[in-house]
Amino acid sequence: MSMLERYEPLVDDPERFRAACRRPLPHAVRVNSIKSNIARAETALTDAGVTHERADWHPRLFRLPEDQPGANWPYVHGWLHGQEEVSVLPATVLSPEPGERVWDACAAPGSKTTQLAALMNDTGLVVGTDADVGRIAPLRSNAERLGVTNLAITHEDARNHSLRPFDGTPYDRVLVDVPCSCEGTVRKNSDVLDEWTLDRIEGVSGVQKGILRRAVEVTRDGGTVVYSTCTFAPEENEAVLDFVLGRRSCRLVDFDIPLDHAPGVTEWQGETFDPAVRRAKRIYPHQNDTGGFFCAKLEVTGS
Amino acid sequence: MSDDGGPTNVGTRFDRLPATAAERTVSGRATREAVLAFWANRYGIDRAVFADHSFWERGAGKLWAFRGDIDSPAKVQGLGMTVLRTRQEHWKPTLEATQRFGRHATRNCVRLPQSAAERFLAGRDQSLDWDGDWGYLLVTHELAGDPEPLGVGLYVHGELRSMVPKGRRREL
Ligand SMILES: C[S@@+](CC[C@H](N)C(=O)[O-])C[C@H]1O[C@@H](n2cnc3c(N)ncnc32)[C@H](O)[C@@H]1O
Repeated sequence: MSMLERYEPLVDDPERFRAACRRPLPHAVRVNSIKSNIARAETALTDAGVTHERADWHPRLFRLPEDQPGANWPYVHGWLHGQEEVSVLPATVLSPEPGERVWDACAAPGSKTTQLAALMNDTGLVVGTDADVGRIAPLRSNAERLGVTNLAITHEDARNHSLRPFDGTPYDRVLVDVPCSCEGTVRKNSDVLDEWTLDRIEGVSGVQKGILRRAVEVTRDGGTVVYSTCTFAPEENEAVLDFVLGRRSCRLVDFDIPLDHAPGVTEWQGETFDPAVRRAKRIYPHQNDTGGFFCAKLEVTGS
Repeated sequence: MSDDGGPTNVGTRFDRLPATAAERTVSGRATREAVLAFWANRYGIDRAVFADHSFWERGAGKLWAFRGDIDSPAKVQGLGMTVLRTRQEHWKPTLEATQRFGRHATRNCVRLPQSAAERFLAGRDQSLDWDGDWGYLLVTHELAGDPEPLGVGLYVHGELRSMVPKGRRREL
């Protein structure tokens, strides 16, 4: 069975789903409020001759139908960051406030880390963790180009994240943007279709559970955790949520997003999940002409 | 090695700068006071601009600015951004610090026309008509109608040398 066939039973319109997965995705950039603002970034793009259109659902996003994001003046100045459109969602859902303590558990190369820092006006504390030593330098470099100074970077397995360098104080909010089988990025990279295997899904779901479990542990009572993937597989999405709901004091909460989506699924291949997983959001490529995505919001309730 | 037998400057950890020379335990380490004085004296950047930042050294001479504070020494892989290269005769600001804090500068800034800014960004040296100080200048150019700090150039002998690090160079 191919990857796309596997998820057809879940989607409302399999034909449009399949067609959308085969269409390439335009580049997009996010305007970085630490160094610029929307009006100035738009002027700079126009002056640089870069064709751009504002995404209707997010004020800081521009699509670049003809250009790469990296070769223009506003990019050089860190006014812009190349980021897939739908991937601005989880930081928006986490919605950190200036002055808070935030952990980005799987941070590299830092698209969402730098977005979190910007939402916090570069105040408070962002801890960005990644387990892959080769991805620490790109994370640092993106953060520096975007002018982020409230970020501490740690190289460790997020499942064993240590609060020791940070006073042992728990976080107000945590973003858990886990490694995944990346099925939803098929429009950027069609190799995803050829390289897809069921083993990969099964291999990564244990890591996802461990990271989300640690995230809930290091968040204060009443704090927020957002879990996101760019994949369709329920094994990596609802099953991971179901795992922590059964083991940690937390609950899934409702939230609104300005994109069409489907609810989380409560049944998959003979397994049933906690009915609360319906509060998570599945975003299929044909719904908003984006990449595929999954996003859930949890509140830590304390014991 | 520090000459007073105190802690040394270890390459894999971050140490907060002492506030003043009186509190210094690692020889050669810059102080917060000296860093603030450097930005204020050379570039006219008000000390208040850095009021919420702590300064850290990792390795010999590379300083980082971190918004906020944590316990020192810190065993982390990054703490804010690199801002200044010290432990050399002339301290050198980084491109990142210039872009982040340079708009507060009032002197030793040179504004380049667009074609010169492109050469500078590509890493090329060029002649410059400048009758101010020699040494590291903050380079700006116009972007979206206002001057915007871009990076650091070394002005010597009528020439502006681009200090844009290799990884940040671009041909636009
Ligand atoms: C989906 S990517 C993160 C993308 C990033 N949030 C962004 O927006 O730029 C997942 C990241 O998790 C990292 N990773 C994999 N296993 C990990 C673990 N056990 N702990 C921490 N990070 C891990 C990978 O190296 C990869 O950089």
